[in-house]
Amino acid sequence: MEHNIKAGTKGGPGLLLKNGHIIDPFSNTEVDGSVLVRDGKIQEVGNPESIPEGCLVIDLQGKWIVPGLIDMHVHLREPGEEYKETIESGTRAAAAGGFTAVACMPNTNPVNDSSDTTRFILDRARDAGFARVYPVASITKGLGGDELTEFGDLLENGAVAFSDDGLPVRDAGVMRLALDYARNFNALIISHSEEPELVAGGVMNEGAVSTQLGLKGIPAAAEHIAIFRDTAIAELTGSRLHIAHVSTAGGVEIIRNAKRRGVKITAETAPHYFSLTEEAVIGYNTFAKMNPPLRTEEDRLAIIQGLRDGTLDAIATDHAPHSVLEKECEFALAMNGITGLETSLALSLELVRQAHISPMDMVRLMSTNPASILGVNGGTLKVGEVADITVIDPDFKWVVTENGFISKSHNSPFIGKEMQGRAEFVIVGGKIVQAAK
Amino acid sequence: MNRLRSRHVLGISHLEPDEITYILDSAEALKGILDRPIKKVPPLRGRTVVHLFFEPSTRTKLSFELAAKRLSADTVGITASASSVVKGETLIDTARNIEAMKPDVIVMRHPMSGAPHIMSRYVDAAVINAGDGTNEHPSQALLDLMTVRQHLGRLDGLNITIIGDILHSRVAHSDILAFTKMGSRVTVCGPATMLPPDISALGARVIYCVKEAIRDADVIIALRIQKERQGRSLIPSSREYATFFGINRQTLEYANPDALIMHPGPINRGVEMSPDVADCDHSVILDQVTNGVAVRMALLSVLLAEPERADQKNIVDESTGGEHGA
Ligand SMILES: [Zn+2]
Ligand SMILES: [Zn+2]
Repeated sequence: MEHNIKAGTKGGPGLLLKNGHIIDPFSNTEVDGSVLVRDGKIQEVGNPESIPEGCLVIDLQGKWIVPGLIDMHVHLREPGEEYKETIESGTRAAAAGGFTAVACMPNTNPVNDSSDTTRFILDRARDAGFARVYPVASITKGLGGDELTEFGDLLENGAVAFSDDGLPVRDAGVMRLALDYARNFNALIISHSEEPELVAGGVMNEGAVSTQLGLKGIPAAAEHIAIFRDTAIAELTGSRLHIAHVSTAGGVEIIRNAKRRGVKITAETAPHYFSLTEEAVIGYNTFAKMNPPLRTEEDRLAIIQGLRDGTLDAIATDHAPHSVLEKECEFALAMNGITGLETSLALSLELVRQAHISPMDMVRLMSTNPASILGVNGGTLKVGEVADITVIDPDFKWVVTENGFISKSHNSPFIGKEMQGRAEFVIVGGKIVQAAK
Repeated sequence: MNRLRSRHVLGISHLEPDEITYILDSAEALKGILDRPIKKVPPLRGRTVVHLFFEPSTRTKLSFELAAKRLSADTVGITASASSVVKGETLIDTARNIEAMKPDVIVMRHPMSGAPHIMSRYVDAAVINAGDGTNEHPSQALLDLMTVRQHLGRLDGLNITIIGDILHSRVAHSDILAFTKMGSRVTVCGPATMLPPDISALGARVIYCVKEAIRDADVIIALRIQKERQGRSLIPSSREYATFFGINRQTLEYANPDALIMHPGPINRGVEMSPDVADCDHSVILDQVTNGVAVRMALLSVLLAEPERADQKNIVDESTGGEHGA
């Protein structure tokens, strides 16, 4: 089917998504109906009485219409490591995975610690024309851990948050300065929380499996200590803090308690932490190597509980593409991270199928909450909002294959796994950037 | 049984008890060759064994080389440094290069756990793990089993106590798996900074006091200690180690009087073990070395044996007219 992909953009005849199942956590509505998009905005939701002339009509036959999914934690690798991913390939992969927007981490080369680099990323993303990109700038210059970047200038040039992700902010005093200074701009600090002296060269979760494999472990306590430290500093400063990639039961509990006390924190986890355990490493599978590492079944269940009860606010992939060379090697030498953009939706739908969360919960975790945490457009299907929309076919069955990835890299522990559910259409600002074949 | 289920010997964790017994029986049969004036038999003539060592090793390499030569295999030794991803040749490239030379067996030692497992996926040759990181050292565990079986006549129902740096010892790892699989009970003891997390997952129990740990032990295995790891001292001093974890006459009073004393070598005399204990009647440390060659001969012949002549008896019979090891 050939579509006028620009029908819903400015000056176009309009785009009607008909016979869908509309889910909007922002207004807490879930109804069958249609969504009319015009001039890049959502013009009508429900059952439009009159359809504009020449409007592109797509009959969705009950598929879900949800606010565009937002992945608030990805690594796009550009500038500097274009052999792993580019902004173009990464945003294409994002669209293929159902995302209308991604927030990209600053551990590139050069590090995104200046407005020049931030603007470069935004320019590239605009040229690519797939998912929107929200750059996260670094907290410290060059990720060096000591001197703060120019928060004000970076925010004015398009950065949406600050993080030294890839590394923890080692010095608690620097973390305090960052959280203090962030208050001037109501800026968001995203913390990669781990205590490096306890990680100390570890390559997988510490426990029975690391002992079986003779691999150096990373104890869950390394995450507990750092999350506790960072929430304590956020409590002290009263600033907004977001904890990246929570992987442990203890981490969930610490965040739950901090929220109860009124600390302004939010947190995310990644699909691999609720889909896999440390057992995936057996056989020295480097595709299951990541940081924080895959944990135990008890942790996995606690992560799911955290998503259910709202302790964890978002599902973000920590999409970390690596080339074959960086994964086909000794386990200890392999780089950390997995590609996540193209498997996230199906893995999250698995939680829905297993009745851990409702479809509404899933959309909240993957769209509405990330938009509100980052303070960006989207996350809702409200009339007048920008038309960032994902159409989901929750039943479509497919198999993850090495060659099936749109991303430049295929370092996924899910290769060979049967999946259910995918994005049928992805619409960014009224433009159809992805239509499933 | 006349062959192993796997093409490779990557670890005790991949071997079943019947396979272990089969290897030990083969080693016993082959051991006789080592006592002959002409210590060479032909079964592996025309076969090539590559010894690929990414880590310095004198004893294990020598033992494997002798084993291959006794069986008339051609041997090539390659000493490489563990390359990193960014510079030098990767492990996979090394694997492909060696494979292109069509070896039959690659005996491999590597400082990183799992490296032989990765190698085995890229080569047609059989891979024998000669020690990988802190993971396994299966031939050492097999020679330990062989030594204990020779002296005590069985491998089930024994109390085995392993003392020392269990966390960083691939020998301990393989020994725990091996003795447990054969029906013995393994106790480990050492400074808690040198004990792995969740060791019960391997089937061993921890006793913190050395005197208690060796009570009723039929076999005491002491391991070599390395005080520092990654810039941190895991024990306050060698002196303190010797006092609380070293094996000496006084500690041995708590053990079964017939307990065997073992050590994978090289020994830090006066630290892990007092000199008189290392050289006492119950010490079987040198038997371990001899059996090491026999076990490695068995591994090579078991992996390379043609199906129709897999029975080790035939190999020995051909050359000696039926003389078997005890
Ligand atoms: Zn991180
Ligand atoms: Zn990350």
